[in-house]
Amino acid sequence: MAARDNHGTDAPWKEGFQVVGRAHPKIDGLAKATGQAIYTDDIQLPGMLHVKMLRSPHPHARIIEIDVHQALELEGVHAVLTGADLPKKYGVIPWTPDENALATEKVRFTGDEVCAIAAIDEDTANAALKLLEVKYEQLHAFLDPFDALERSEPQIHDEIRGKEVRGNVSKNVKLEFGDVEAGLEAADAVVDDNYFFHGTTHTAIEPHCAVAQYSPHGVLTVWSSTQITHYVQRALAHVLEIPEAKIRVIQPCLGGAFGGKSDPFALEFVVAKLAMITGRPVKCLWTREEVFYAHRGRHPMHLHYRTGARKDGRLTAVDAKILIDGGSYSSFGLITTYYSGQLLTGPYDFPAYRFDSTRVFTNKPPCGPKRGHGSVQPRFAFEVQLDQIAEKLGIDPIELRRKNFQGEHTETVNGQRITSNGFLRCLDEVERASSWKERRVKLPRGRGLGVAGSMYISGTNYAVYPNAMPQAGVQLQLDRSGLVTVFTGGNDIGQGSNSVARIIVAEELGLDPEDVRVVAADTDLCPVDLGAYSSRVTFMVGNALIDACRKVRKQIVQAVAEDWGVPTARVWMGLGEVFDLEDRERTLSTREAFHLTEERFDTLGATGSYNTPELGGDYRGGTIGASPAYSFTAHVVEVDVDEETGRITVENCWIAHDCGRALNPMLVAGQMEGSAYMGIAEALLESHDVNRFGLHAGPSLLDYRIPTSVDTPELHALIVESLDPEGPYGAKEAGEGPLHPSVPAISNAVFDACGIRLKQLPFTPGAVLTALRAKTGEPAPVRA
Amino acid sequence: MRVSRLNVNGDTFEVAAPEHWTLLEVLRYRMGLIGSKQGCDKGDCGACTVLMDGKPVLSCLTLAALAEGVEVTTIEGLLPAQISAGGAGTDPVQEAFHRCGALQCGFCQPGMILSARALLNENPTPSRQEIRNALAGNLCRCTGYTQIVQAIELAIAEATGGEPENPSWSPGENPWKISHTSPEDLEKAEPT
Repeated sequence: MAARDNHGTDAPWKEGFQVVGRAHPKIDGLAKATGQAIYTDDIQLPGMLHVKMLRSPHPHARIIEIDVHQALELEGVHAVLTGADLPKKYGVIPWTPDENALATEKVRFTGDEVCAIAAIDEDTANAALKLLEVKYEQLHAFLDPFDALERSEPQIHDEIRGKEVRGNVSKNVKLEFGDVEAGLEAADAVVDDNYFFHGTTHTAIEPHCAVAQYSPHGVLTVWSSTQITHYVQRALAHVLEIPEAKIRVIQPCLGGAFGGKSDPFALEFVVAKLAMITGRPVKCLWTREEVFYAHRGRHPMHLHYRTGARKDGRLTAVDAKILIDGGSYSSFGLITTYYSGQLLTGPYDFPAYRFDSTRVFTNKPPCGPKRGHGSVQPRFAFEVQLDQIAEKLGIDPIELRRKNFQGEHTETVNGQRITSNGFLRCLDEVERASSWKERRVKLPRGRGLGVAGSMYISGTNYAVYPNAMPQAGVQLQLDRSGLVTVFTGGNDIGQGSNSVARIIVAEELGLDPEDVRVVAADTDLCPVDLGAYSSRVTFMVGNALIDACRKVRKQIVQAVAEDWGVPTARVWMGLGEVFDLEDRERTLSTREAFHLTEERFDTLGATGSYNTPELGGDYRGGTIGASPAYSFTAHVVEVDVDEETGRITVENCWIAHDCGRALNPMLVAGQMEGSAYMGIAEALLESHDVNRFGLHAGPSLLDYRIPTSVDTPELHALIVESLDPEGPYGAKEAGEGPLHPSVPAISNAVFDACGIRLKQLPFTPGAVLTALRAKTGEPAPVRA
Repeated sequence: MRVSRLNVNGDTFEVAAPEHWTLLEVLRYRMGLIGSKQGCDKGDCGACTVLMDGKPVLSCLTLAALAEGVEVTTIEGLLPAQISAGGAGTDPVQEAFHRCGALQCGFCQPGMILSARALLNENPTPSRQEIRNALAGNLCRCTGYTQIVQAIELAIAEATGGEPENPSWSPGENPWKISHTSPEDLEKAEPT
């Protein structure tokens, strides 16, 4: 790893941190609080056309004929696009391009995009949609992943990137490390069970939106609610067949994403193409219903686990077989399939591990990466299974997890490098805060405590397209006014990455944070960063910023030291001033120091970069899931189970998360609370599914039940800092890891409350009542 | 097309828009007041919340024509109202949301802040449960509501001279009593 990538965990100035480690309000907080922040749909351009899309009414059908004539004749309609206008296939993973912006030969789920109409306003475009005529030949629809696995005809995709698809299998990964059968033989207890994780979706409150403008010079500008500006630019170039240099992609303020805006979407290609055809700006804002079709949410998984343990609780082997319901397209599915196995190998040590994961295509909205991509589902199954082992062996569930702790600076069974690891402290924190020892098992019937742990990546060294260039680049501009402007390709999706950039630069250059501004996610202005996914931005952009800052800091210190005639070690920068450490009368404002430095070195600025070290196991797929650092989390959840109604209420959730160093503890806590909330919601309320006709079961925020302020329990964020050797000042991720344990911790708490094991999600009142009846041997009600 | 006479943030405007247009559409796409957000267009999410005569209303379910004769307040109206009332800067609720980290993606927050403002106008010292109840029509997908509730409690504490509760992630000093490091703190940090 290059020196530029590794900066240690210490403060840049030996007197300790001036900015980092405190609660700073966000850089864009007041703009958002006052309504000044501009989101994509807030952009209005003169003469702008509006787009509406026709979507498939069938889950699986061949398109026989599309007649657009009547629609085109409607007054106010400027253009109609069909799949033939955008024939090139794309996909966020370059190995699996299987999507068209608009369907070409087939539609693959109810809601698949077929035609797009640009008109003077949305009403006209909607009226024109009704004039389109499409003839379909319906095909067998695969709504059940087992059906898709067993039956190979008709295939949902015949070929992807010139390669024939085997039946309806999207991806299969089988990996084995150590001797699993021997491990299970040697075990004193083996738990063998099945689990099911249902589909859920992101439901960012801002619907997807894109605006395009095409200049007379042939430059295409696309504003989009995306979390992957760089990949959108590449995808647009590929599909529209124009050079990347002619495309500018800008991410305005983003109203939430959670992984749901990390694919290129149909609307981006459609507005671009329509702007090129019509010569006018074009906007497409999806309705809430359309956002549910866009999906890319949590994959439903059918999980089978066998885990062995010795009497003392030490694990001997883990064996997993997973069927993944991918929906209609690949999206990130190749990665999901690997992640479903690769990310289970911490925070516990086990000597043998095998997984066999198969992702199949089905005729449902496409699944993709949702917060905790690919690993929330196996984590749920495994953490419940650990509790089953603890029960079998008569060991306290927290104690069982402690006994199997893998340690720091070690390697997992699948060859991933673990650096810092604060998991034991996470367990200590939740045990203490929940009064676990005093209260567990002793709570009245119907009340219970449950624990679960997890690990997650802080970025990955697998760039979505293979290249040896940095994963994160930044640029700094130091102005004569004393202002420093950061240019970063990193996408602030609400998680606060621009605010992190501000405090790192303020720390490094001894500035008041208010004197740092950030320009982000504009491909014309900012160096490439790969985007906001895999919890990579703080780690990678943070390191790149330190790299850039240290280059200019060296110049500033040298220029000031020369001017003062003192050694550079005497020059100290802090909160907008430059001091001589041995003569406190001698000071300069940062602004004056910038002037001195500019006189000495010319116009001030610097670039900075970060790339991951070589990581991962020496086998096919060994780099997928290999991260420069892993975060660790433990939750204790307190539930109340109403045995009359079957309703589970989460009363408290204690979240202890090892985020390395908390650069801004208030933002870290916000990520932890938001993650836990989302996990609890998945466990108890949310379900993303289709009915028996393949029609979405409830594409609205009323039917898809996300928790309100009265449904959300008290969330207690407990920050654990382990100082990672390679993170910026020791920081790791906080945005995705803390979601994982909330789901299994609820199941484990329900067992403590009333002795039933919930292994199928979601934990609806009906599921609880059924389990309670099964336990008492009471027959379930039968239809008369 | 219908011309509506609307009183928005203290000024009266005449706006022409199709008859079926909602108040949200007129605010956003005719008047340029883009602070009110559209999250669902069905009255489920609350991002479009504005105040009508001080009461929170879903502007996506309100025809623009029905907003005549009342005082409409949007998120853009709070700061100027604070200034004209002799205050400096933002409304204390906006400021508290900012200071507590309650604004992540920020998309739901104009509606959330207006619901909070309406609550505090009605009841200056609500309990935590009353706060949660008053926000139940505003969905937030980022925060888990914790920092939002903390923000409203901070605004109440500041208005009443009380002490905001320490958040769990800061067991030592209260992060909301101290602002950024002052020059005096810097002097103290000076190495010896």
